[in-house]
Amino acid sequence: MIAIPSRHRSLTLLAGVVAAQVLLLAIQIKSASQVRMIRVWTVELLSPIQRASAWTIDGLKSGWNGYINLHHAKKENLELHAELDKLKLRNADLESRAAEADRLAALLNFREVHSQTPMLPARVIGASPDASSRMLNINRGSRDGVRRDMGVITPDGVVGKILAVYPDTSQVLLLSDKESGVGAILATTRTQGPVKGLGDPMLEMDYISNDEKVSPGDRVLTSGLDHIFPKDLPVGTVAEAAPDRKSPFMRILVRPAANLDRLEEVLVLLSRQEFTISDQAAPAAAGKAAGKQP
Amino acid sequence: MELTEVRFRSEPHIEVHKYAGGVVAGAVVLALVLQAFLPVHFQWASYLELPLLVTIYFALSKRNPSSGLLLGMAIGLLQDSLSHTPLGLYGIAKTLVGFAGSSIGSRIDVEHPIARFLLTIGFFFFHHFVYALTRGLLLEQHETFVTLPLLIAAVVNGALAVALFPLLDRFRKS
Repeated sequence: MIAIPSRHRSLTLLAGVVAAQVLLLAIQIKSASQVRMIRVWTVELLSPIQRASAWTIDGLKSGWNGYINLHHAKKENLELHAELDKLKLRNADLESRAAEADRLAALLNFREVHSQTPMLPARVIGASPDASSRMLNINRGSRDGVRRDMGVITPDGVVGKILAVYPDTSQVLLLSDKESGVGAILATTRTQGPVKGLGDPMLEMDYISNDEKVSPGDRVLTSGLDHIFPKDLPVGTVAEAAPDRKSPFMRILVRPAANLDRLEEVLVLLSRQEFTISDQAAPAAAGKAAGKQP
Repeated sequence: MELTEVRFRSEPHIEVHKYAGGVVAGAVVLALVLQAFLPVHFQWASYLELPLLVTIYFALSKRNPSSGLLLGMAIGLLQDSLSHTPLGLYGIAKTLVGFAGSSIGSRIDVEHPIARFLLTIGFFFFHHFVYALTRGLLLEQHETFVTLPLLIAAVVNGALAVALFPLLDRFRKS
């Protein structure tokens, strides 16, 4: 029989008693951050293990995704590219629709503001194949009440007038065409003078005396005397104004108020008065009759 | 010799001195009461460490490490309870003093006055060292290990031990 003296029982008891009292202190004492020492020690004891575990798992994940799982990356990349292309097209379509909605809202607002003037909204469906003539085709015709020489406008300003009418479509002669013109006045001086097209983006205002004070930026409005457009609709703004030494009239170039190159929706003024000599004497009566037109 | 049976032999129970009933408890209570009472009325009493002296005495006398450390723990926890220190601060220090005293008491002669004087001074510094270390590690309140008042206190308690221990010897059961 071998007797092994246990000299460690008192040391074990000592260690246990001291440890118990240290634990007791840790439960009572708070660290500088007002957390009990027992919590601080527990967290400090376990956090290295947690960090090591997280590091190991992250490493394994990184290895899997970075190397082993790469064969899915190419396929996913192609799918994402295709989806991106679809989304770009959809985005472009949505932006176009949004812009159209804005334009239509402006048209609606314009109509509501000028509710006494009957107007028919129309969409531009084509242009003239002849480069020398500036014309548009719209999706309204005689069945919608459109007649020849009716005025065509946008909320920005005058566009032109109806040149030809068909059952479901019509042709619009733009203000910038050489054959086109509108009665106009200068907003500042109220001086009257016709505005005609030159076949290029700019317009020209005639029969303004060299003595008149005309400056670039002056607004040009409809005079209403042609009985096609109501009075004071925007025609454009003066771009250049200079006296002509060869004639008593100024040479005035006008930039159109409406963007004649980017028309998509327009308004047809259904109240039309054909400008004839016999009607010049009774413009008020013609105005009443125009109000009855569909 | 056959190797067929293994036994654990417990540590030899060397409790040389026994005391009358309630003497240990009475001494402990009296020491704690006086330690709390005297410094209030007598400034010089602040140098005294009566609970420590009681711990040292009974640890040296009982000469049983287990008893010594348990008695030291009890005295230390009681002292913590009566002061504003967290429970266990004095407890740890006196537990170690009780263990060390009992271990030493079983090995050397602790009856001689000079031995008692020197041992008391030694245990005083040991007690203060453990106490300061515990405060520094857990409470982050660092204390100077050796100061002049501490030296004076050590000598005073050593001298008191020389006078006090023989009084307590009278309560021994022979």
